[in-house]
Amino acid sequence: MSLLAMSTAESSLWSPEWLPRLPQRLVEMLLRNCHAPDWLVTLAGYAVAAGTVVAVFLTAFALLSLIERKTLARIQNRLGPNRAGWFGILQPVADGIKMLTKEDIVPAKAEWFLHLMAPILIVVPSMLALGVIPYGREWVPVSLDLGLLFFFAVGTLTEVAVFMAGWASGSKFPMLGAMRAISQMVSYELPLIISALGVIMVTGSLSLPAIVEHQGTYHLGFIPAWNVFTPWGLTATLVFFIASIAEANRCPFDLPEGESEIVAGHMTEYSGFKYALFFMGEYLGLFAISGLFITLFLGGWQAPLPGLTFVPSWLWFFAKLVAVIFTHLWIRGTFPRVRMDQLMRFAWLCMIPMALLTIPAAGIWVFTGGGLKGWLVIMPLLLIPWLILTTIHNRRLAPQTRTYTFADS
Amino acid sequence: MNLFGKWRGHSASRPGSGQNARATIGAPPRWSMPGLGLFKGLVVTARNMMQSYYRKDRMTTVQYPEERVTISPNFRNFPFLCYDGDDPVAGLRCTACSICEKECPPQCIYIVLDRDENGKSLKRPKLFDIDISVCMNCGICAEVCPFDSIYMDGQYEMSTTDRFGGLLLGLDRLAKSADYHLKLRPLEASEVAARRKAEEAKKLAAQAAKEAKAKTDKEAKAKAAAETQTAATGKGETA
Repeated sequence: MSLLAMSTAESSLWSPEWLPRLPQRLVEMLLRNCHAPDWLVTLAGYAVAAGTVVAVFLTAFALLSLIERKTLARIQNRLGPNRAGWFGILQPVADGIKMLTKEDIVPAKAEWFLHLMAPILIVVPSMLALGVIPYGREWVPVSLDLGLLFFFAVGTLTEVAVFMAGWASGSKFPMLGAMRAISQMVSYELPLIISALGVIMVTGSLSLPAIVEHQGTYHLGFIPAWNVFTPWGLTATLVFFIASIAEANRCPFDLPEGESEIVAGHMTEYSGFKYALFFMGEYLGLFAISGLFITLFLGGWQAPLPGLTFVPSWLWFFAKLVAVIFTHLWIRGTFPRVRMDQLMRFAWLCMIPMALLTIPAAGIWVFTGGGLKGWLVIMPLLLIPWLILTTIHNRRLAPQTRTYTFADS
Repeated sequence: MNLFGKWRGHSASRPGSGQNARATIGAPPRWSMPGLGLFKGLVVTARNMMQSYYRKDRMTTVQYPEERVTISPNFRNFPFLCYDGDDPVAGLRCTACSICEKECPPQCIYIVLDRDENGKSLKRPKLFDIDISVCMNCGICAEVCPFDSIYMDGQYEMSTTDRFGGLLLGLDRLAKSADYHLKLRPLEASEVAARRKAEEAKKLAAQAAKEAKAKTDKEAKAKAAAETQTAATGKGETA
């Protein structure tokens, strides 16, 4: 098959919808023309697809590190980095050079192998998780039937890497940070996954492209049928978003690396490139969890209005990603860090019960067939427990008096 | 029999201890929409961010090397020596009296008096060094100076690559004109200038008066001498 024949056979190849997959298609075409075996073509195609994702998100990471500092600066009425290049556009380059040229220190008491593996293990799961997200109608790097399960499975690995870093550093602050990370993971992984269950129930599939396809219609001709626009979905969206902040170790749940208390938490004993890898892993994890959030609740790559489908679907995905990431920055610039007991209390008293309630709510939504009837039935089911839980949670508590039974006598 | 009385005894008196449950304090907070406070916080930061783009009074950053804030006249750090006129050597007000050298708490001033070949004081410093790496910016030298010569400077960019020479200020770097002082601290400098002018005028007047007095004295003396002479001659004549 000649190149011309192939390009005519796939006329959509050159459309903007296909643009992100162009490198992959070109490499596959080239290999096929060289009569390479099928397994090699598939392998090379996946490698190029993965390379595209990594390239896109590493660029996004570099940009985000600048945009985050700029946004936080503006929120605090400062200017932010503006020295390196035009409006500080070269700041990520300067940071990268600085990180790469720094001395790589391994503490004498560290377990050097685990100490080395931890930063690698924190980046790899984030990249793996990024691989299953449908970025566009035609751009799903790896389309898995159990994509959601895969995402949660590899997403949890980052916490293991955080604990590994804390343990292997052989020092007290990393250890404290790691222990905080573990307790935070146990508390917030639950509502994160439980709130995603409603989506699975309604869609009837664990495949992420199928979940996006399911949100593709419009109510009344203009309200997109995204999961966020349902009563159970709204609750699940809030719970998932809050839990995703905790999962990404971001303010106000950045206890594992609380600068004011435990230096830098699990990153205390790291320097140079390894430290940069931790940052990269954190930001890639943020991208991944935000991407999943968009896929599950905000309609993935679906256009917000039926008339806007002429815009390539992956552009819609990235527009939503920018909005979600900006919300993360906004929250970071607004709220102070919570205390450990507040974190636990909030997770177990508010988040998990509300996440659990979205499951029957989603079931009722499906059986009532949605619409106004669904809203009327589900809203009391969610609102009343929410009011009760928040009232219990917002009680003003007396500081606990501590009795030192042995020291005083 | 209370087996644990020894350990429980003093904690039993405290309210809320003994059981694990935490007591609530005060009146229950007035009910408000849960999450409303968080939303208000978000609105505050959003307003901060938006207004930072168009409201000048929000952005207080001064981008230092390019722009500087005008320093207050009350800002004082290292001393300088004031001179009148254009010549930093001839117009120097300093008379090398060494009062500042003696008063300086960290002893960072070093003065050598200039003398002529006969060993007579020329009332000016041959050497006037201030080691600003030792100086503690107290301003005592400026306060004790009776000749309006030494003042505290407003210069703050004093960093140098030369630790020793660069921080040892000699006469060439210490001497600054009265105009500089006027620009740096207009109120104080104009006051000093007015006082000095008045003193100068007074001194001139005194000198003039002294000269006039000397002249009259001289004249009177001469007159007296002439009188005695004539008297003497007249005596001789009579004798």
